[in-house]
Amino acid sequence: MKKTYKIDVDCANCANKMEEAAKKTAGVADAVVNFMALKMVVTFEEGANPDEVMKQVRKNCKKVEDDCEIFF
Amino acid sequence: MTRKQKKMLIRILVAAVMMVLFHFIHVTGMLRFCIYMIPYFVVGYDILRKALRGIINRQVFDENFLMAVATIGAIVVAITGEGDYTEAIGVMLFYQIGELFQSYAVGKSRKNISALMDIRPDYANVEADGSVEQLDPDEVPVGTVILIQPGEKIPIDGVVCEGTSALNTSALTGESLPREVQIGDEVISGCINMTGVLRVRTTKPFGESTVSKILDLVENSGSKKSKSENFISKFAKYYTPAVCLSALALAVIPPVVRMTVLGSAPMWSSFLYRALTFLVISCPCALVISIPLTFFAGIGGASHEGVLVKGANYLEALAQTKYVVFDKTGTMTKGVFEVNGIHHSTREDEEVLMYATYAECYSNHPISKSLRAAYGKPVDQNRVTDVEEIGGNGIVAKVDGRTVAVGNDKLMKRMAVRYKECSHIGTIVHVAVDGEYYGHILISDVVKPTAKDAISSLHAAGIGKTVMLTGDADRVAKHVAESLGIDEVKSELLPADKVSEVERLLGEKQEKAKLAFVGDGVNDAPVLARADIGIAMGSLGSDAAIEAADVVLMDDDPMKLAKAIHISRKCLRIVYQNIALALGVKAVCLLLGAFGIAGMWLAIFADVGVMILAVLNAIRALFVKNL
Repeated sequence: MKKTYKIDVDCANCANKMEEAAKKTAGVADAVVNFMALKMVVTFEEGANPDEVMKQVRKNCKKVEDDCEIFF
Repeated sequence: MTRKQKKMLIRILVAAVMMVLFHFIHVTGMLRFCIYMIPYFVVGYDILRKALRGIINRQVFDENFLMAVATIGAIVVAITGEGDYTEAIGVMLFYQIGELFQSYAVGKSRKNISALMDIRPDYANVEADGSVEQLDPDEVPVGTVILIQPGEKIPIDGVVCEGTSALNTSALTGESLPREVQIGDEVISGCINMTGVLRVRTTKPFGESTVSKILDLVENSGSKKSKSENFISKFAKYYTPAVCLSALALAVIPPVVRMTVLGSAPMWSSFLYRALTFLVISCPCALVISIPLTFFAGIGGASHEGVLVKGANYLEALAQTKYVVFDKTGTMTKGVFEVNGIHHSTREDEEVLMYATYAECYSNHPISKSLRAAYGKPVDQNRVTDVEEIGGNGIVAKVDGRTVAVGNDKLMKRMAVRYKECSHIGTIVHVAVDGEYYGHILISDVVKPTAKDAISSLHAAGIGKTVMLTGDADRVAKHVAESLGIDEVKSELLPADKVSEVERLLGEKQEKAKLAFVGDGVNDAPVLARADIGIAMGSLGSDAAIEAADVVLMDDDPMKLAKAIHISRKCLRIVYQNIALALGVKAVCLLLGAFGIAGMWLAIFADVGVMILAVLNAIRALFVKNL
């Protein structure tokens, strides 16, 4: 399952870091951050609960980049 | 400017003013340290806070951390030295100016590009009980009749059921000529209604309408990352730690060597200062920002010209295209059969055409349609009697009581009429009236007016080889290819043969050269998918083509091909310029810093300056109108 989320982040490198962090989150098969469109496209693993996973993704992203937000 | 940016600007200004004022205040010792800490914290408190958070979260090589270490280090050097705090504050100040500029420029170009693609309709007018209501296009069910006033955007795809008007399609196709529509015509969302009131019965929900598809495509194009983008992300990952480690080495190794081996003074503070300079240069931001920004601007600019590129990777591949393979019908030719000439006529051309059209008027054959289109006047079917269709030959009918035979060579032989052969390529329709030969009409598919220029501009752009693949007869194919200047032609191919031809060409070319296939998207989806880059043209509103292709040319002008290639090359050129600029300047600064020639001031100027230049350069990709 693929879902697109709006994000808010200030710098391009931070966006890359968010992508890395999201990819490493359990339940995420793949994640792509589009800095210019301020979007994150997350492909979830089979049977994962998107809301639960996204909470963890947000937590992990905040760890690498304090000043970011994911809207879901 | 957003509120965040305004706040940052104020902080920068306040700190800058304080710095200038303190320059004229002569205090020393602890007091001096204290007053200089005010502007330092004003401009840099968030960096310090973020750096602290980074340490807590074990994210050490984070640019905030680096800036914090570099500036605090500079302050320490200042305390122990002659007390020049301006360097630490200045570095922080310029770093923030750079960040502010970057955020402003990115925000601005984000807005610019969305303005270019400003085709999203805000509402749909739905008539209910005699009054008009404005609804969210998302809420309009399929089959609803919507009202479109002049000047409004068509919100949802549909069919005109009342009214005539001219539509401005330029936002979708880049084509400035308006398109006339009348009852029964399909209209596409995103066009602007110009002259008359239209009532349109919707045929799709908003989410599946052309406008939603295009917006979706353009917005998501940045998610398919190009090779250069991936390279930079990887590079950035190693660059920062590498520079930090070398900074550490620079701070420790030379003084130790001086002390132990050379036996001279270790110069700790001097090397510490040089190491701190390294840290200032270690932020990879200029690189990381400028590349996606360039692609985003390039894709945005291209879509404004009616060239939709589905991802940065395709833009990159397009720039390396060396082989262009075309489909014939619908791509190089209009795909409609038109009367192209009337030859050897013994009467007025008009009269020959009139008899042919009347004789064929009961037929539904494409040829009959082409004749009618060329004749252009209403046909009074009462004048035609005794129509006899002779399969594979043509038609014999009585028009105004005269026997008219319209058909091919076989029919003429059958009717014992002496006819003249035609030297042109296409379908020949002979016309004989009462046994007398009137001449023949040439009907053929018409080459698009810009096709020849398109091929020559492709060659001029350095395309190595142009190939045309077609299912059409050899003679026709060769003729078209020759007249257009296409290098190679393969004819009488079945759709599957086209795939194997493309595969043969793919095997033949060098690794780096890319092969683009250009088709009208009607039945060439497998070839579009097989080629390095599939380009569908004239496919506004055709879902299959938009799905299968990597690049979509919104109108069917083949000239757009060369344009698309020029756009992609400009974009790639800017990307490489930025990579070279940023890496080059950083390398020079690192070198100068290591030898103590460049101080922190130069380092931060170089860093911020390169970023500003790279961002400005990236925005250039947006301007593609005159390519």
